[in-house]
Amino acid sequence: MKINSNIAISDSGFVFNPSTGESFSANSISISIIEWMKEGKSIEEIIDLVMEKYQIDRDTIEKDLLDFQEMLKLYQITEKDTEELN
Amino acid sequence: MTVKKPKYTIAVTGLNAIDSPGPGLAVIKSLIEAKSFDVRIIGLSYENLEPGLYMDHYVDKSYNVPFPTVGTEILFNRLAYINSIENLDFLFPNFDAELYNFIKIQDRLKEELGIRMVLPTMKQFEARHKVNLYEYGKEHKIKVPKSEMVFSIGEIHGKVRDFGFPVVIKGKFYDAKIAYTPEQAGDHFNKISTKWGLPIIIQEYVYGTEVNVCGVGDGTGQTIGAVPMRKLYITDKGKAWAGVTLDSKELIKITFDLVKSTKWLGPFELEFIKTADNKYYLLEINPRFPAWCYLTTGAGQNQVEAMVNIGMDIKVKPFKKYDIGKMFIRYSEDMIVDLKKFEQISTIGEL
Repeated sequence: MKINSNIAISDSGFVFNPSTGESFSANSISISIIEWMKEGKSIEEIIDLVMEKYQIDRDTIEKDLLDFQEMLKLYQITEKDTEELN
Repeated sequence: MTVKKPKYTIAVTGLNAIDSPGPGLAVIKSLIEAKSFDVRIIGLSYENLEPGLYMDHYVDKSYNVPFPTVGTEILFNRLAYINSIENLDFLFPNFDAELYNFIKIQDRLKEELGIRMVLPTMKQFEARHKVNLYEYGKEHKIKVPKSEMVFSIGEIHGKVRDFGFPVVIKGKFYDAKIAYTPEQAGDHFNKISTKWGLPIIIQEYVYGTEVNVCGVGDGTGQTIGAVPMRKLYITDKGKAWAGVTLDSKELIKITFDLVKSTKWLGPFELEFIKTADNKYYLLEINPRFPAWCYLTTGAGQNQVEAMVNIGMDIKVKPFKKYDIGKMFIRYSEDMIVDLKKFEQISTIGEL
């Protein structure tokens, strides 16, 4: 799962997709996940980082991350044919 | 040594800055921001309540002009009168409905009055017409939703069943409505044909997001500028009230290819639908600047300025880039106007 290179993300959580013109507001955990994805971290690494930072159980993170991935795909924020959580 | 900039007197139509705005004010704002020349703006209006008439911070002097239906001779004579006072250098017609007449008298305006314009040729203007667009798409290898012309209410029920539902019912100049049943299609046919005449166009409905491109071609196949935009806020009349420039290499390529293939001369607006699988379908070509063209200036491409320079036979370099993520937000405002001004434009046709 790779974030499109042209996606602009500000510190305030404002996400702009210049290909579609759509913009979104992301909360702090979403920004962290997107930033980690941009850094090229794997899904497993992201799950570990979320567990470490937010003290949430693995199953909940996996489920929420799957939803989040789908949303990013729907809004064309991630590139096609990249690693996905199964 | 500083080089003195020329000062041009430029006439502009489309001063109807209303909820379905003409492009006039956007063109004027770009002209005022031009770096290569100074301007004196002459407004040309069809109605006495076009807001631009009263905006003396944008428009130096205004004149009424005759409606397109009166024909080219009366229009030419009126422009000759205006020119005798103002000595016009350039003219921007901004309405679809007036373009036919202006293209017809283009050569006379230049030769007899010294007024220049940059407009598509009559052939280019006619070829991209809504009624011809499907064939146009085939010729220039660009995807256009399937469409057919209908000349009578009797034909429509059978035709729309062939297309399937929903289907788009369009007027030959303006207006487009979506029909979900044969009865609705018949109703739209009646309403639109009463207003805009025949034929009516039935068009396949393509699901997706509307994206538009504003650009200028120099007539040799070269694109001087092109900026894609997505509407962010649309009024009940389908007009953009806010929009943002997009990063779309494919849309720019489609635009460049089309300009190259058609050798388009002058300004244009391309209206596309982008489908979920990222295919672009051309819905319309408007042979003029759109009302949102000031966004191109804001994004670093003053296409209006470039077009004046093309008309003045000054070599214009194509724009290489534009700012992505630049937005426009339209607003409305009440002006307080002295009745004297309304009286003046209503009685003597000048302000």
